[in-house]
Amino acid sequence: MLIQNEVENFNVEAVNSGLKKKRPSLYAARKKIFPKRAYGSFRRLKWIIMAVTLSIYYLTPWLRWDRGSFAPDQAVLVDLANRRFYFFFIEIWPQEFYYVAGLLIMAGLGLFLITSVAGRVWCGYTCPQTVWVDLFLVVERFFEGDRNQRMALDKAPWTLSKIWKRVAKHSTWLVIAILTGGAWIFYFADAPTLLGQLVHFDAPSVAYSTIGILTATTYIFGGLMREQVCTYMCPWPRIQAAMLDENSLVVTYNDWRGEPRSRHQKKAIAQGLPVGDCVDCKACVAVCPMGIDIRQGQQLECITCALCIDACNGVMERVGRDRGLISYATLSDYNANMARAKDAEGHIVPSKVRDATGKLRDGFVHFRWREMVRLRTLIYLGIWLLIGLLMVASLATRDRLGAAVAHDRNPLYVRLSDGSIRNGYTLKISNMVTVPRDFSVSISGLTGATLELPGVVMRDDRSVVLRAEPDRVLTQRVLVIAPTEALAEPRHEFTFVISDVNGGERTTIDAVFEAPEDVAR
Amino acid sequence: MVNDPVEDAHGREVDAATGTETTGHSWDGIKELNTPLPRWWLWTFYGTILFSIVYVVLYPAIPLVHSATSGVLGWNSRDALKAEVAEATQEQAQFRDQIAAATPAEVVQNADLFRFASAAGRSAFAVNCVQCHGAGATGGPGYPNLQDDDWLWGGTIDDIVQTISYGVRSGSDETRFSEMPAFGRDGILDAEQIENVSAYVLSLSGQKASSGDATAGQQVFADNCTACHGENGQGMHELGAPNLSDGIWLYGGKQSDIIAQVTGPRHGVMPAWLPRLGETTVKELAAYVYSLGGATVEQASAQ
Repeated sequence: MLIQNEVENFNVEAVNSGLKKKRPSLYAARKKIFPKRAYGSFRRLKWIIMAVTLSIYYLTPWLRWDRGSFAPDQAVLVDLANRRFYFFFIEIWPQEFYYVAGLLIMAGLGLFLITSVAGRVWCGYTCPQTVWVDLFLVVERFFEGDRNQRMALDKAPWTLSKIWKRVAKHSTWLVIAILTGGAWIFYFADAPTLLGQLVHFDAPSVAYSTIGILTATTYIFGGLMREQVCTYMCPWPRIQAAMLDENSLVVTYNDWRGEPRSRHQKKAIAQGLPVGDCVDCKACVAVCPMGIDIRQGQQLECITCALCIDACNGVMERVGRDRGLISYATLSDYNANMARAKDAEGHIVPSKVRDATGKLRDGFVHFRWREMVRLRTLIYLGIWLLIGLLMVASLATRDRLGAAVAHDRNPLYVRLSDGSIRNGYTLKISNMVTVPRDFSVSISGLTGATLELPGVVMRDDRSVVLRAEPDRVLTQRVLVIAPTEALAEPRHEFTFVISDVNGGERTTIDAVFEAPEDVAR
Repeated sequence: MVNDPVEDAHGREVDAATGTETTGHSWDGIKELNTPLPRWWLWTFYGTILFSIVYVVLYPAIPLVHSATSGVLGWNSRDALKAEVAEATQEQAQFRDQIAAATPAEVVQNADLFRFASAAGRSAFAVNCVQCHGAGATGGPGYPNLQDDDWLWGGTIDDIVQTISYGVRSGSDETRFSEMPAFGRDGILDAEQIENVSAYVLSLSGQKASSGDATAGQQVFADNCTACHGENGQGMHELGAPNLSDGIWLYGGKQSDIIAQVTGPRHGVMPAWLPRLGETTVKELAAYVYSLGGATVEQASAQ
């Protein structure tokens, strides 16, 4: 039944398994990992995700979006100098940063949701560290070959061929790293202009230093450090444990059907020993980019990239067994299966798992979509949707005219020679659209008072028309003068009314008019 | 779950599940694994030490008794600040040059220049003027309020520039100067006449005196005061004679204050600022005072 010879056995050991032998040093040398190319549905999914995420990253700054002649036409732009953030049809001012905060909260909740459903999906599929390491491995494989060739090359003496391969690999990595750092800065300035400046070496120095830093981090993290970043530098693996529960799907070695593993199954069967599905070929370890052995159970290092599932499924097909020896499974399903597979002494009994024909017995639980829908995930989804809808509603109804008024602090009031009282205010009108607008500013309430703007022609003595530049804040000092007769008390509330003279937006701001305590006398 | 202790070949306790040595410390039965740090972590640490050595060589670092090591680059924060100030001054030069070339009236009529000049003037005011005129430019007894519309020596932009440039009773050749006689101290008027004239002065701004005969005071005023303060007490900018018919009083508006001022007047002194600050800064100061809102806006500059 078994075609043992067709399965390649890998001489590989998990990076986190070798501590037992001798008294370890305080510092551990890194164990080299040579991840083997995997083939299968998860590998295909990861290629697609890599293509999509990298395309989004590299191409987004080059998308154009027409906003008229007063605003940049870059679809996604973080304009730090002018403190504006453009995202297609949305423009955000610094005081509207809560939209970004809302997005971050949604991202956080989304991470909780996806993690409680299927574990470290972020780590395994979409984290930039994973994506770029994957990309760098493609380059490595192109120049140095797959696992065995790379291992041989690593041991080989420094011949011209080895030097060429290494130089080519590292140069390509550096080019990718430069492009990565280069793409980043285009989000912060007009991309075509900045590219022109870059190639003529007259871009701002911060552009070059940002490219330099991101080139270094991309090259070092993606090319040189790889799994060390995930294991030792990233906090997420530590947070992970709190996010998972027994109903989360995680990449699992189903030892209830794999054990007892045996590399020489024919011999073992001939000797009448019990044999599980695992042929101990270590293909799962060979493809693992983290260099661990999934058969040791869930581990801190595992980013759940699912490549071991692909590798094992390939082996299972070749030996004529069911796929899914390594699979996405929940802890509760795993425990149920484990209980079913064990005898009274707690040993896994293959005959309880399979019948005499080698068919898996009924009663074992396998992956079900239904497992994703449970109270916890629904709550996450609900909050996530709620915040999203609130943000959309808020975005759709937000004001594009902002106004603020600050009363002079010193002096609170000025007594003029005719006895009337003057108060000074600084008015700020935010014209949050990309066209200039004329606003009428008038005072409402405080009967008898007049509005005065030094050096500005008034419309009448209680109102004035001011032009606000597109996408800018207009700051204007205004004076309000009230005759003593109008002031019965030392403190009067009134309102500034600001409205678009061409119709449209209108807003009011409450203000206070201060007068001396003895004004009524 | 506490694992049963296992010993390794060296007799140290080892965690059975992971094969990792423990530190031997136990908290509520939980033992800490003595997991080795990655080697590169150690090299990173050595790297930071190396960085600090390079830094100490390049930059000022080690404090000595009177100074500090200067570093081979010769960098220091004082020079860096100087360079930044020089750069800022360079950027401001375009405005400063225009202000220097323009008349004060032109400065306040040009919106950009006016904005720059009044902001610059505000800084100069905070350094040179607040001691007498106050942080809010509201003055105090004996020190004129610059916010209101009552001006001793005139409130047009040119008047303000003149006053700031040469001061008041400053000793400068072109200073604003006037002196009110000490009507009481020098025996020009007797006490009753002073009381009567003070009653009359109060009546000019519609107030009632508690003592004295305002009608008699009117004659005293006509004989002694109109030459400077005007027939209706409206004052005279050329002589710095205050307007006595409004609600603003430099030395206080009570009858006793007025009697004190007529008897033995006090005279304010302001230094000439032109020699100290230069023409451009004086224009900026004037623009700031003008921006406060009380200045006299001439018809020609109302646009």
